[in-house]
Amino acid sequence: MTIDVTQFHPVFFEESFEGLELMETGLLQLPPGSSDTEQINSIFRAAHSIKGGAGSFGFRAISDFTHGLETLLDELRNGQRSITAELTALLLQAVDVLREMLLAEQHGVASDNARVSEVSRQLQSQLALATDCAPEAEPPLSGASSSAERHWHIQFRPFRHLMQTGNDPLLLFRQLATLGELTVSADTSAMPGFVDLEPEDCYLSWSLRLSGAVEQAEIAEVFDWVEDDCELEITALEANEIVAVTAPAESIGRAGPQPGKTPVQSAAAGSSIRVATDKVDSLIDLVGELVITQSMLSQLGEDFAMERLSQLRDGLEALERNTRQLQEGIMGIRMLPISFSFNRLPRLVHDLSAKMGKQVELRLSGGQTELDKTVMEKIGDPLVHLVRNSLDHGLETPAVRQAAGKPAIGVLQLNAYHQGGNIVIEISDDGAGLDAQKILATAQQRGLVTAGEMLSREQIHELIFMPGFSTAEAVSDVSGRGVGMDVVRKNIYSLGGQIELQSEPGIGSTFIIRLPLTLAIMDGQSITVAGERFIIPLIAIVESVEIKPEDIKSVAGKGELFKLREQYIPLIRLYQVFNLSPEQTELTAGLLVIVESEGQLLGLFVDDLLGQQQVVIKSLETNYRKVTGFSGATILGDGAVALILDVPGILALYRDDSGLSHPTRGQAA
Amino acid sequence: MSQDSMIMHDPLSSSDSQPVHQQYLTFSVADELFAVEILRVEEIRGWDRVTRVPNTPDHLCGLMNLRGSIVPVVDLRRRLMMPIIDYSATTVVIVLKVVDGRQRTVGLVVDAVADACQIDSAQLQTTPELGRGIDSRFISGLAENDGAMLMLLDIDRLLSLEALG
Repeated sequence: MTIDVTQFHPVFFEESFEGLELMETGLLQLPPGSSDTEQINSIFRAAHSIKGGAGSFGFRAISDFTHGLETLLDELRNGQRSITAELTALLLQAVDVLREMLLAEQHGVASDNARVSEVSRQLQSQLALATDCAPEAEPPLSGASSSAERHWHIQFRPFRHLMQTGNDPLLLFRQLATLGELTVSADTSAMPGFVDLEPEDCYLSWSLRLSGAVEQAEIAEVFDWVEDDCELEITALEANEIVAVTAPAESIGRAGPQPGKTPVQSAAAGSSIRVATDKVDSLIDLVGELVITQSMLSQLGEDFAMERLSQLRDGLEALERNTRQLQEGIMGIRMLPISFSFNRLPRLVHDLSAKMGKQVELRLSGGQTELDKTVMEKIGDPLVHLVRNSLDHGLETPAVRQAAGKPAIGVLQLNAYHQGGNIVIEISDDGAGLDAQKILATAQQRGLVTAGEMLSREQIHELIFMPGFSTAEAVSDVSGRGVGMDVVRKNIYSLGGQIELQSEPGIGSTFIIRLPLTLAIMDGQSITVAGERFIIPLIAIVESVEIKPEDIKSVAGKGELFKLREQYIPLIRLYQVFNLSPEQTELTAGLLVIVESEGQLLGLFVDDLLGQQQVVIKSLETNYRKVTGFSGATILGDGAVALILDVPGILALYRDDSGLSHPTRGQAA
Repeated sequence: MSQDSMIMHDPLSSSDSQPVHQQYLTFSVADELFAVEILRVEEIRGWDRVTRVPNTPDHLCGLMNLRGSIVPVVDLRRRLMMPIIDYSATTVVIVLKVVDGRQRTVGLVVDAVADACQIDSAQLQTTPELGRGIDSRFISGLAENDGAMLMLLDIDRLLSLEALG
């Protein structure tokens, strides 16, 4: 019987990436000369399980590579060598290479062999160095010298249930073959007659001969997972010294440790999520309460009389409470602490500050603040970009800082907290702040503003979010490669969030990102247009105003503008862009909802505002397709479907429309 | 696994092998009888108001709420360019499973549901050129039941994403 091991691959990759993150964080927290064995141990364990997993799944290149890394870590752990900055850098590099190799395997592409062998060579030379520096170090387990060619005889007699524990001798032998030259002979004497053959049992035993520069411990390690399920003897052939490792099982039938854990979800499910057991338990409690409330209500419904109205009200109240708690609980399952995103940053700051010759102290706070997994995945890149940006443009070099009377070490601070239904992430530095003159000059040079135009400081700050803007004087390796703040802002907008910037020259800059906690539920404003109900995301709405005739300016052939205080904004008649037959076309009879899209204000003409409510966002693409102008749909209290407006999409529709039937291009005066 | 079990075989492909009996649901639209494989039918619902989607073709009536999921609803008369009538008490929405690339759920508005019947695949005729103003691309075959002619609808083509606009 063969088990399709590929079903365990996603779990292996997921755990390996977690292990790598652990290693990375651990390495960064190890100052040179440190002897924090706990920390080193956890790094070692992470490397060890990656190696073990890679071996079991036949990713030989990965297990070979990790082996060198692991040996080095083992020596650190045993105190045979100590941490140096150089060594940390090498280990971090190795972590990177390992991550690339894993990614390559995961996506079935070839990895960068040159880099792998280069780092692998460096690891080896470090290892060689160790034998020189610390020759008196603890001898390896068997006491034999490591480099000499040795011959081993391995007697491997698995118990019958071996296959049922998910282990496969073939994989073990493959792993052994990576260590040296292997000859295998199988003993079939225990095979029963065909009638008695139990196809899922293992009747074979093997004797193996392995030649190569191999330690006994390395061989024993291959059998780590199965040692409870077999009899194993490893004998050195030449050095008349016999070390037998016999591990009888405690009780037959008990499954030994399996390679990897049982997958929580099937491999086909693609992405998975890990949920703390207490979260699941509390959900089960909530469902229990809901069931009780439901049975109470259905009993009440069976013979209802008016005098029991108050009971009904109580029941409905309980139902509402249960539903809300259940909703929060379910949302909680998708919630992860933002530290998952933050954890990438120390490494980034470590590498970049070294590269740029800056001294930076990274302070992270609010890492426990939770947000939706989907939002988290999409906020990672913008965060990295903002941190790079602060390091590159914000913080100065130590010399410049000291000249300005500031401490040489700059501070980059990330803070996250909840505010209302949003999560707020602040990225602040105590650097030079934005240079308004330089920004203005660049903008004029790029033709983004005309010369002589007077701009407020806020308007100047706004300029850095314009496409194609970069103030880096030289295009550096770090930022200013065309992927600018406009992309960051676009990404944040696409999540339904907002970004703002506060900056004081000489004191520093702070970027403030506001994001919805989840993409599944949002606050919406119901409106009606031509008898149909729609939802506008509350986060997009600036205000709603009544329309006075004198505020409307019709530009011949260019559509209508609305005068909002001192500013003219495009007025979009929603029934027009939606091609619906209007119930009323008189502007004064309806309302204007002012919304913001990509930094621009728009007025949406609607018939009426209905009310604000939380809506559950449903995808249109499940059974249909994406429709321009709408981000999804929701189900209203009466069971009807309402479409959710997507403001940038409306703007696109309006522009398309105006090109055809209604030639208007919104121009803010 | 779930994907495999839900994909139905094409009624056409089985016609050249040994006779196979298949269950069909028949319904009427503009005095014509149509049929769809019964295994494709998820449920039949009375007509209820749907939410119109702006800037989509006329034959897409709108979206309905099918126990929490959003399902597009197509009017078969409009889709087949047949004369349009007001919806009546017998007007129903047949909720169908459609496969084009992926599996989707689509509602189809028809005048009335008629019957469920069994059709021997050997009885199936290929579609001749239909002179009745019905697009023959959407008819995968003809069959007879109780003396009446049935047109088997190729719903995957009829309700493909492109067709829904």
